[in-house]
Amino acid sequence: MIWLASLVALLPFLAAFAGMLFGPSLTRLLGGGPGSRPAPLRNGPALIACAPIAVSLVLAAVVAFAVWRSPGERIGVLTLIDTGSVPIRVGLQVDGLSAVVALMVCCVAFAVQVYSVAYMDGDRRYSSYAAFISLFTAAMLLVVYAGDLLVLYAGWEVMGICSYFLIGHHWEERANSRAAVKAFLVTRLGDVGFLIGVIVLGAGAGTFEIREIARTAADLPGATVTAAALLLLAGVAGKSAQFPLHTWLPDAMAGPTPISALIHAATMVAAGVYVVARLFPVFGAAPAALAVLGIAAVISMVGSACAALAQDDLKRVLAYSTISQLAVMAAGLAVGADTAAIFHLLTHGAFKALLFLAAGCVIVVAGSNMLAHYGGLRHGMPITFWSMTVGLAALAGVPPLSGWFSKDSVIEAAQHAALHGGEPLPDGRPRYALVVTSLDGSPLPGSTMPELAAVYSLPAWVAWLIYLGLLLTVALTAAYAMRTWLMTFFGEPRGSYEIREPSKVMSWTVAALAVPAAILGFFGLGAEELRPHPGAALLSLLLLAVGAGGAYLLWNRDPALDPARALGPVRPLFARAFFVDELYALMVVRPIQALARHVVAVDRSRVDAAVTGAGRGAVRLGERLRAPQNGNAQSYLTGLLAGVVVIVAGVVIFL
Amino acid sequence: MHLAYPTIVAALLFSVGVYGVLARRNAILVLMSVELMLNAVNLNLVTFDVWYQDRLHGGQVLTLFTIVIAAAEIGLGLAIVLLVFRNRQNVDVDRLRALSERETPPPEHGAQPGTTQPAETAARAEAVEEAAP
Repeated sequence: MIWLASLVALLPFLAAFAGMLFGPSLTRLLGGGPGSRPAPLRNGPALIACAPIAVSLVLAAVVAFAVWRSPGERIGVLTLIDTGSVPIRVGLQVDGLSAVVALMVCCVAFAVQVYSVAYMDGDRRYSSYAAFISLFTAAMLLVVYAGDLLVLYAGWEVMGICSYFLIGHHWEERANSRAAVKAFLVTRLGDVGFLIGVIVLGAGAGTFEIREIARTAADLPGATVTAAALLLLAGVAGKSAQFPLHTWLPDAMAGPTPISALIHAATMVAAGVYVVARLFPVFGAAPAALAVLGIAAVISMVGSACAALAQDDLKRVLAYSTISQLAVMAAGLAVGADTAAIFHLLTHGAFKALLFLAAGCVIVVAGSNMLAHYGGLRHGMPITFWSMTVGLAALAGVPPLSGWFSKDSVIEAAQHAALHGGEPLPDGRPRYALVVTSLDGSPLPGSTMPELAAVYSLPAWVAWLIYLGLLLTVALTAAYAMRTWLMTFFGEPRGSYEIREPSKVMSWTVAALAVPAAILGFFGLGAEELRPHPGAALLSLLLLAVGAGGAYLLWNRDPALDPARALGPVRPLFARAFFVDELYALMVVRPIQALARHVVAVDRSRVDAAVTGAGRGAVRLGERLRAPQNGNAQSYLTGLLAGVVVIVAGVVIFL
Repeated sequence: MHLAYPTIVAALLFSVGVYGVLARRNAILVLMSVELMLNAVNLNLVTFDVWYQDRLHGGQVLTLFTIVIAAAEIGLGLAIVLLVFRNRQNVDVDRLRALSERETPPPEHGAQPGTTQPAETAARAEAVEEAAP
């Protein structure tokens, strides 16, 4: 079991190095020819990238099936590193949560790899690109399966560097490499907090093992847990692109489209939410951290949904919708519904991968990212059209697609927290509730009765804020999904390109992903807390109709124009995402650059000047001293004679 | 004859020689002045040889040595002067300043690559060109 799980993570890891080292030679070996466009089956890097991840996908499915049949945690420790204080157990942990997330990661990564074979056809650096995707996937699987916080952290960091390489894949353009650097630096800023949080948690709990930490989190001192949870939140906000650290994600659209799909659906951004779900008992013991998470989530989800409403670039619409949907997950976690949040993570992984890959098809055909260059694409590319329809409907939460189920369960949990949360029981004890840890609803083995855990007392106003924010987001999401859909596929064609399906590999990958995006929601019916509830469902359906209907009516007035024009004067504000980037540039980037310039100036004019000044002073003094050495041998001799005379005179006079 | 006469003559000769070495510009005249000094010494040697009535006549023998060495030295010196003249078209001792080692400017250790003056760079480039075979 653990061996299977370790193979799942290890195969893409080995594939990364094999692809980098032997990919091109395998192409030659298979007779792919020296040209840059070998056939897919003769493309060495593509084979080395796709085959291991396919095997990993099967193995992950086997692992998930085994966990489903007999739920429970399985822990395997490869080695114990004795550090002198807190030992590091290099090992993996498989339970319901990690099994399903790993399955989702493998699915998306496989789809992305297959899609990339066609999308990146003829790219000069395809072999390194495919290898980095493999490494990225392996790192994410390590995060998912890790049984120890430091092992998790290793995967977390490898993901950071892979995202840097992949976002900057086309580094020849300055904007792309800047976007890569920005993504790296912003996530790095959060990672610093994350590492400190891991250390605080490990030192406090006396172990880095996730299971132990989760079990003892409630017994730890409150200050330790709160500090650790807040520090971890910094890393989570960085990786999952939540409010203060979200600015890297829209710029990360500079990378190739499949990379956006991978980063946004399966790997990078999912890691943050996953870690919170994994360490949920720690966050549960720190209500302050959950309140902070909730507030950041509300800001992120409403703000980025507004921003998505006004974007001109298809990929940026999807990028802001990712921030918004991740914030929905974070909100679910903040109100204590970790199962619902992970459910939304899975469905979001499915439909966001679908959306990005379909967007890639549209971009390849239209040769542009701009919504204004599309229009009327539904006749020429039916597969892409229907897949994207499914994806956008799932994003907006149209029943009975996957997004509806998961979003509804989050909203229901938020509603519950808003109505009932924060009230202690009459005798003053905190409120307790049934906490179900495994996805299929069965309690953990090892505990004979359903465990009772303390439900943090989230302040009531935060719960209300989250609830209202979620409802507002539903309406906004419907509006921007509708706008994107209409502007892309309906109306008159606005470009001069030929509208046709891209290559079969691409369109069929997209079509295959539409299936889970559509039906994944029904798997949630097995768990009590994931079933739709009539009240919340009707309310969100109503809001959905309002948002989508509003966008449709605006568009219908003049299909040639952008419905976003109705935003009027706030449109530039939304389009620039509330000028957060500009604000950061003003408040952080410029002062730091000015400081750096001053430091350089001080270094040049003070520190360096002292050193070079000493040298120059010595040289100048030497010049003075060597004035008698003028090269005239006669003056030397004169001096010599004068010296002899003086000495003789001295001898004669004084002796 | 009194000892004073030859020694005073020798002292005068020597003084003339010293003056010539220190003050003449022409290298050949400097060499001639050196000869004057040597001959002053020879005169002293002979004088004191006679004065002491040395039975082995060490002073006179030493004088012969000195004359031979002076001949060799003047030959060498003239050859050097000749070569200097061929190279520099001039044998003025005042203007032969190679000993001062100031042809190359003192190396600037603190100078930054970006801040070198254009003239300096040009001078360096010239130096590099000269150094090239």
